[in-house]
Amino acid sequence: HLATSLPLPSERDHLRPRIDLIVFMIDIKSKYSLKNVEASLAYVDASFFLGKVCFLVTGVGRVNYCSVEINAIWKLGEDYCSPVLFCELELEAIRVATAQRLLRMLQICAGHVTGVSALSFGSLMRNSADD
Amino acid sequence: KENADPQRTAFLLRKQWALYSVTPLYRFSNAHLRAYARLLSAFIAAEKQKGLAVEVGVELDIKVAVSSLPDLRGSEQDQAAILVQLSLRSSTSKKKSEEKLVWSGCFCCVFGDDLSEKIPQDFTCLPLFLTNGAESYTSIVGSWFQKTFDCSFRRLAISPLNLSWMAAMWTGCKVDKLTTATELVFSVSCLPQPLDISYAIHPEDAKALWDTVQKTPGEITQEEVDVFMDCLYSHFHRHFKIHLSATKLVKVSTAIASAHCDGIIKFLQSQYLTGVLMLLTELAISHIQ
Repeated sequence: HLATSLPLPSERDHLRPRIDLIVFMIDIKSKYSLKNVEASLAYVDASFFLGKVCFLVTGVGRVNYCSVEINAIWKLGEDYCSPVLFCELELEAIRVATAQRLLRMLQICAGHVTGVSALSFGSLMRNSADD
Repeated sequence: KENADPQRTAFLLRKQWALYSVTPLYRFSNAHLRAYARLLSAFIAAEKQKGLAVEVGVELDIKVAVSSLPDLRGSEQDQAAILVQLSLRSSTSKKKSEEKLVWSGCFCCVFGDDLSEKIPQDFTCLPLFLTNGAESYTSIVGSWFQKTFDCSFRRLAISPLNLSWMAAMWTGCKVDKLTTATELVFSVSCLPQPLDISYAIHPEDAKALWDTVQKTPGEITQEEVDVFMDCLYSHFHRHFKIHLSATKLVKVSTAIASAHCDGIIKFLQSQYLTGVLMLLTELAISHIQ
């Protein structure tokens, strides 16, 4: 399900399936997208931040178009205890690889991978990013 | 310390300069400038013979002058700037008055210790290259320098992030007569017809806003720049319901200087010339590394 911002419209609450993973997309070329994500985060229940949230930064290929400071994004990931992934949507190979990564994360968050919980996977991702 | 003679550097003002970053020059020497001028002149003549003529006038010679500008630098550690000038002169007339300056290129380094400290002995650090004149001359001069000193040139584009730093920094500068408005130009490319939005702010209002944001005079933080820009964006949104933060900042114009994201600069105040060059040197150095 794709949404431009949160909260989701309440009219469809009863029809909505369980949400296993929230991917917040930040376009490095748009300061507005960062502000939008920051505002939307306020509407997310705290339980999601135990491994069911991640930040996806797009547009990282073109340094000359950078409108958002990378440090601000790292800090966001730290403040919300969630991993930060980088990708370039315009390159097919990277797009496909990123989609596969997210799909794998979703499987874990939905509980379809035995022995790995969303929380353990989330902390694994964060620790490897720190290195 | 301001020891730069404003007369010597006045040629930089009020002209549009294209920006390039240059890797360090191998075995360049200030003592051989006249020889370099002769060699470059011969190179240009040879290119002209090959049919890569740059000017239509067949009877015109290109005269090359290479000079050193010791006034154009930040500290004593910096390499003195090198100025290359191409003039057109009719082959029949040797009168100096009939020479027309057609192209200028200036290699400089203003407070470039970050790079100059790291490079080996035989290399000269002049990371910023400014050009004014036809692109065809730029590429000929660039090729000669590349061949002779084993360096490489890259167009120095300026990101929206860096442009907003310039907007904040230059708005804060004290200028005697604030007659030039602070202007920001944004490009919206995702529409079927690309749209350019020009946002002009009265210079005194812009300065007043910056003065409330900046906490320590002489110091600027990323946070302060963000707050400054956010104020401008929300003011615009209140009036026009457009989120400028979702667009690309492409040009910044103030009384001090104007900069375009394609790597074009115009210096407007001799008083702040060194400051702007220092910022551009920093950008050039990070572009190289």
